[in-house]
Amino acid sequence: MEGKVSEWAIESSGLSRSFGSVRACEELSLRVRAGSVFGFLGPNGAGKTTTIHLLLGLLEPSAGNATVLGHDIRTAADQVRLRTGALLQNAGLYDRLTAEDNLEFYGRIWRLPTAERRTRIRELLEHVGLWERRNDLVSTWSGGMRQKLGVVRALLHRPALVFLDEPTAGLDPMAAAALREDLAALSEQEGITVFLTTHNLSEAERLCHQVAVIRQGRLVAIGSPDELRRQRSAPRLEIVGSGFGDSVLEGLRARPEVVAVKLAGDRLVIDVRAGAESAPLVGQVVAAGASVEEVTRPRASLEDVFLTLMEESNG
Amino acid sequence: MASAGSTTLGDILTIAWKEWKEYLIQRGNLRGGVVGLAIVLGVFGIMVPYQSGAGWVEQPLSIVYWAWLPLFMVIGVIADSFAGERERHTLEALLATRLTDRAILLGKVFAAAIYGWGFTLLAVTLGLITVNLAHGQGRLLMYPPLVAIAIAFVGLLAALLAAAAGVLVSLRAKSVRQAAQTLSIAVMILLFVPVFGIQALPPEVQARLLSTGASLSAEGLAVGAVVLLLVVDAVLLATAMARFQRSRLLAG
Repeated sequence: MEGKVSEWAIESSGLSRSFGSVRACEELSLRVRAGSVFGFLGPNGAGKTTTIHLLLGLLEPSAGNATVLGHDIRTAADQVRLRTGALLQNAGLYDRLTAEDNLEFYGRIWRLPTAERRTRIRELLEHVGLWERRNDLVSTWSGGMRQKLGVVRALLHRPALVFLDEPTAGLDPMAAAALREDLAALSEQEGITVFLTTHNLSEAERLCHQVAVIRQGRLVAIGSPDELRRQRSAPRLEIVGSGFGDSVLEGLRARPEVVAVKLAGDRLVIDVRAGAESAPLVGQVVAAGASVEEVTRPRASLEDVFLTLMEESNG
Repeated sequence: MASAGSTTLGDILTIAWKEWKEYLIQRGNLRGGVVGLAIVLGVFGIMVPYQSGAGWVEQPLSIVYWAWLPLFMVIGVIADSFAGERERHTLEALLATRLTDRAILLGKVFAAAIYGWGFTLLAVTLGLITVNLAHGQGRLLMYPPLVAIAIAFVGLLAALLAAAAGVLVSLRAKSVRQAAQTLSIAVMILLFVPVFGIQALPPEVQARLLSTGASLSAEGLAVGAVVLLLVVDAVLLATAMARFQRSRLLAG
């Protein structure tokens, strides 16, 4: 049965789940637009995996509800799983089977006709450069290759929505970059909605149209990476040079437009209020006897936003 | 579109396909798996029947032997069914698919039971050939028809018994090793308790039991075993189906 057609692939309202006294997911309300890549960010133990389990109907919510592709996760979880794919925290590949047998097994589970199954396996394995290794036992593969195979398996049956739980965790930077590239290309080519959890913020920044930040089971922010940067990060001024003594720092801290000042090696990092001009600050630094080589107004990264959010929610 | 019933049967066969592949490769490669099975087949299908002579097919007690073989074969693989999937982190991905709880569970039971039963039928056939070649002396040695049918039924039901009990143990066990140990202890109890239990009885009770046993026909023995196994199998399968719920498995 098809779910109600909606511009939202996922809609949750007050979704909560507790394990004894531990609240793994608390009143989570969010919407994920169909066809988008949605990043779900949070530190370890924030409740990201529990949220995926809830949305897949693998766990029952303690309170609240959600619909995935129009299907209620409480009453139609089988329909949710029928139309979604998942690469969970562990790739969950069968080490004793070959790569092709792993995909063959899942192709049969999704009831792909034999000819289509073979074509699809070849198409996807070729796409990620693993076709030549299809007859190897998966146990002989590297972590990066296994994760790629996990992604291929999640996309095999052309799901409308795919959940990827920290797909690049534990990979070396090169393998992670290669997987990110494959992910971006495959999700665009397949036109699917991607729900991606990660604590790799540059990954989220590169891949996601929208991100949500979760901490201790609670949603602390949601929006596009640009929106979050605008809303959550103070404008910053960085001055590279020498002679940044205590008097320079104290002088800057006394100014009303300055939020915070810190010294990182030969770099003076000044967080300022919105609308603050750079010239008077640089002038004061020079007047105090410091030597200035370079002045920049860097754009805050998603990582800065994330750290700010974590600090705020700690307070 | 396939009906719900045929979908479930197809799903059970899909799970069984994967299980059988894993059984054969569990020693690291296909050749190792096949050689291992060939050795066991050689012992139970050739060596033992050869040493037993013509009595191998003439004594109805061979039903008991053919009931034990599938039990041992199934126990060798079933401990891995859920504990192994959990240990190797493959269970979560399987649960996230469209398969129903029932299809996953029955697929595991079916795969193990057919593996044990199929192996037993192969060993029975090989045993018949061995006995005829070695001890036939020109005549055809064959099980009485009812015993042959009983061997097939008892073998299947014994395999199902081990598979259903095995998945129950494997579902609860923390590791494959723990599941295998529990199942081995259960088999030991099943094997030794009747033997030592009878020896512990007073001599007059033992004598009464022996005379009752001797008066039983092969047919009576076979029918009794089939009925008993059918009831136990049904209870174990129903219990396993009631216990296997994916939401409980992940809630830990």
